[in-house]
Amino acid sequence: MTELVGQLINLLAAILLMLSFAMISQRRILSLIHLFTAQGMTLVAATVLVGYATHQPHLYVSAGITLALKVILIPLLLYRVINRLDVRWDVETLINIPMTMVIGIALVIFAFNLALPISKLSVSVARGTLGIALACVLLSFMMMITRSKAVPQVIGFLSMENGLFFAATSATYGMPMVVELGIALDVLVGILILGVFMFHIREEFDSLDISHLEKLKED
Amino acid sequence: MVLALTGQRDSAREVNVAFSLGTFVATCVLTVEVISGGPLFAWSREFYIDPLNVFLVTLTAFVGLTTAVFSRPYMRVEHDHGKMTPNRMRLYHSMYQLFSFTMLIALTTNNLGILWVAMEAATLTTVLLVSVYRTPASLEAAWKYFILCGVGIAQALFGTVLLYMAAEKVIGIEGGALLWTNLDAVKARLDPSIITLAFAFLFIGYGTKVGLVPMHNWLPDAHAEGPTPVSAVLSGLLLNVAVYALLRCKVLTDGALQSHLAGQLMMAFGLLSVVVAAFFLSRQKDVKRMFAYSSIEHMGLITFAFGMGGPIANYAGLLHMTVHSLIKSGIFFAVGHATQKAGTQNMADIRGLIKVSPTVGWGLMLGSLAILGMPPFGVFASEFLILTTAMREQPWATPFLLLALGVAFASVFSRVQPMVFGDTSVKPLRHPPALVPVFAHLGLGLMLGLYIPPYLDAWYRQAAQMIGG
Repeated sequence: MTELVGQLINLLAAILLMLSFAMISQRRILSLIHLFTAQGMTLVAATVLVGYATHQPHLYVSAGITLALKVILIPLLLYRVINRLDVRWDVETLINIPMTMVIGIALVIFAFNLALPISKLSVSVARGTLGIALACVLLSFMMMITRSKAVPQVIGFLSMENGLFFAATSATYGMPMVVELGIALDVLVGILILGVFMFHIREEFDSLDISHLEKLKED
Repeated sequence: MVLALTGQRDSAREVNVAFSLGTFVATCVLTVEVISGGPLFAWSREFYIDPLNVFLVTLTAFVGLTTAVFSRPYMRVEHDHGKMTPNRMRLYHSMYQLFSFTMLIALTTNNLGILWVAMEAATLTTVLLVSVYRTPASLEAAWKYFILCGVGIAQALFGTVLLYMAAEKVIGIEGGALLWTNLDAVKARLDPSIITLAFAFLFIGYGTKVGLVPMHNWLPDAHAEGPTPVSAVLSGLLLNVAVYALLRCKVLTDGALQSHLAGQLMMAFGLLSVVVAAFFLSRQKDVKRMFAYSSIEHMGLITFAFGMGGPIANYAGLLHMTVHSLIKSGIFFAVGHATQKAGTQNMADIRGLIKVSPTVGWGLMLGSLAILGMPPFGVFASEFLILTTAMREQPWATPFLLLALGVAFASVFSRVQPMVFGDTSVKPLRHPPALVPVFAHLGLGLMLGLYIPPYLDAWYRQAAQMIGG
């Protein structure tokens, strides 16, 4: 039984990594949001499974929070933002897509090597997945760097948070409840502020292109 | 406790001051209690006050109070200039209180997870504070600040997860494996390989917030574009809180690794910050930007001191944290009045403060001398201690430190001097500036340079002991 659950969790981790790669190769903002939602869903499934395997009831609660926040609330907010701002396309990336894929693969290898000695020590059922979680974090990080528009940057930020959350579930049995609630609150407030900011940036600069934001340079 | 006193929705400046005063009084009571009765716990050990954080709590509340006093006339002038609408004013005040609240939580919590949450919340509130003018430049600064610090602090969360993973094996899930006191008790048994990786992530994360050099980009922008009271609390308080977070992690790492890895990392990045910031200082045109770089420099110095470790360096680091936050916020108060008078932040256009308003001029002059480490002030004492310890223990670093301090002195002094003594034709403002905070801070900085009261001395020693080496 635990064997099966462990396999399932590994499968979900693999899906998560695939989704991260899909995100860095995706140019359309709408599809990015879909991918982000799918990532959230995978995360919920993984959390529930770990909770089931380890009999940790509080993991169900945190799965519930993730479901509400990352599968329902944040995607909805993002849809509203892009509808109101009318941005559907994101053609430019700073480096071309095949190149980012190659860098991404290098990042994954790096993450696995970094996590290897540590995942051996993990007591959780999902011990093999710490490397994947770290890889997801790094991939989203790269996505934030290579995108020049505000919305994809924000999605990169959120997907990085997903990776971190997955790390917390896979390396341990999830963080203590207070901490998790606090993190969820911070993410929610953060995304609200960013949403408001996008409108202001749009107003001031007539565009959501972050490359306009480079007046403050060292001279 | 302190937390009950921090309100959130207040539109009046006076209420802002009153709340800060209340917080300050509460922290004073708390301090007296901790000094007489030893460490305190509250809320089923989720909050913990010991000599290390209690002095920062008091400092935070004090600077919070004086900044609130300062921001009364400052914001009134901004209002007259049309930069602040009533709505923004309300946002400003509620965020100001929320910001002090999150900082106090970050300082008093015993749970490293909550520490992270509070740091992130402090980031969010200051993002709103920085962008309160809604000018393109301030939006840009706030966006940059949010993204950089968001990413940085996410690394710290990963570090916290790893730390929890290491702790869980020793303490178990139920035992509150993220409580710092529990971790401290078992730190020698934590797994070294996990802790090494965890500290690397924590260091990058909280180091971003401290403004250590490769991750410092957000700091000058946020300081320059936000309202001046915000620059004062950012520089004087938030950076301190980040250093505090780093210190807590360092104590655990040192215990687990039995090596000096954490200290070496901190020394390397601290030194790099000092040197790089000193050279950037010489190229600034904006007065708030210049003092922001000076903050990076001093934070680097503090990190370097704690990296060296040992009772004297820790003592010096703590002292430097105190005097830096007092004097730097004092300078920002003076700079705030000066820029309002001149109507610009460009140093070339601010001239002859001494004629327009002698007190502001003297405040800025004395403050700059103090922050540059001129003898009677406290910065001299702590920098002197840091340098002598460096000479003894890390002689290779001393030339860099001296060079950086020299460059910083030359560049800041040569800019402040014409600002204060040059010719001018500016008329005075309608609202009298609040100069009490400036001189209160400078006076305290002066006092700490000449004479450290015995109880304060004992307190520093105790805290320095705790950090260990």
